[in-house]
Amino acid sequence: MNAFMAILRRDMRLALRQGADSVMVVAFFIVTTTLFPFGVGPEANILARIASGVIWVSALLAAMLSLERVFQTDYEDGTLELLTLSPVPLELVVLGKVATHWLTTGLPLIVAAPLMAVMLNMSTDGFGVLIVAMLIGTPTLSLIGAIGAALILGARRGGVLVSLLVLPLYIPVLIFGAGAVEAALLGMPVQAHLQIMGAILLLSLALAPFAAAHAVRQAVE
Amino acid sequence: MHRFAKPSVFLKLADTLMPWMIAITVITGGTGLYLGLFWSPADYQQGDTVRIMYIHVPTAWMGLFCYVGMAICGAMSLIWKHPLADIAARATAPVGAMFTALCLITGSLWGEPMWGTWWVWDARLTSMLILLFLYLGYMALVNAFDDPERGSKAGSALALVGVVNVPIVKFSVDWWNTLHQPASVARMDGPSIDPSMLWPLMLMAVAFTGYYFIILAIRVRSELNERRIRALQLSGLFEQGDGTTSGSALYDQGHNAGAGK
Repeated sequence: MNAFMAILRRDMRLALRQGADSVMVVAFFIVTTTLFPFGVGPEANILARIASGVIWVSALLAAMLSLERVFQTDYEDGTLELLTLSPVPLELVVLGKVATHWLTTGLPLIVAAPLMAVMLNMSTDGFGVLIVAMLIGTPTLSLIGAIGAALILGARRGGVLVSLLVLPLYIPVLIFGAGAVEAALLGMPVQAHLQIMGAILLLSLALAPFAAAHAVRQAVE
Repeated sequence: MHRFAKPSVFLKLADTLMPWMIAITVITGGTGLYLGLFWSPADYQQGDTVRIMYIHVPTAWMGLFCYVGMAICGAMSLIWKHPLADIAARATAPVGAMFTALCLITGSLWGEPMWGTWWVWDARLTSMLILLFLYLGYMALVNAFDDPERGSKAGSALALVGVVNVPIVKFSVDWWNTLHQPASVARMDGPSIDPSMLWPLMLMAVAFTGYYFIILAIRVRSELNERRIRALQLSGLFEQGDGTTSGSALYDQGHNAGAGK
């Protein structure tokens, strides 16, 4: 636990000192969401209808674009190699990095999401569920994303590649995340959607650190 | 099992089986097509479009079969580090991707007259599309590294992660209330499809499986040959490596090309 906190503290400090990272993720999220009213037209009822899906898709893309920094900088300067050699289980290191990614990406997105929901004219009934769904869903995105981020270490054109690897695996989160908000807007029970999202989160929490740690070991071998 | 991981044993086995595999594929494929196109009755609702099923369903099975095969090969290469498992996984990916793509294409050709649309965002169709994306991701990943061995390892890990999609494809018609019809062949209470349609379907499935193994053997053989050529070139360059700049440059090239043997 101490090791986990040490990794978390170190990565958080690095992320906050560079600072611009989180801001950029949120800016990307807002700009992407803003594109949709231009694309589909500014009619309020159409925007309200697609708001939950648009917010989720933009959040998915924003989370994916920031994946590169989970391992890449540490890989380049050799830190990752030292972390692999350290007595701390690599799975725990990965989990610490995932937690950092969530704190610097998922959390800011959750804060920004209601703002975009207002701008897209979403009914206020869905706000609470949107936030709860994102609280359950974004950690899953970080966990699954860490596998992709570890697999592309040292690859050519890794940034493009990670989208091809990770986005298909993000689809379940998108389906149930947008589904939960949709259900809330229609006044239907949302529990089932959230429970499935919770199940996906627990499953990826159990498996993703092992898969990502395995991929990291291959990369530094 | 492990005995066949030796390339020379595998090649000998593949050589012995090749004529049989070709014979089985041609005979079952020919009979299956004849039975499917002429002998089996047209469906009372769908008319002749039902005959698309004889291609569509086997390609869908093969799409899943190839993915599971690829994942098993990936697991074997990660656990026992069999080079042949690596090659087999790599060789399977394009074939599986082709089967999956054919399944989606024939499905949409059938869907247009039957459902009145080329594509619906139905659970079965969508999960099959994700399967295609997983194949494409796998192929992009294994080719993205300068060191082919690293590519294979990363690909194996990805293939294993992607296995979660396989049960989703299989059970999507049971879990969600979909437009796609539920399973009618692989059921607990036996197939609910008439034998006159089941026979050509099964024959086509056998033919496609045989086709897959033929292509697999050819691709594995050519990959092994390619590696052998690389190794021979490398050993040739060793002899002329006399320290001159061009010689050492050539040596580096050969060394990089031969990496991952």
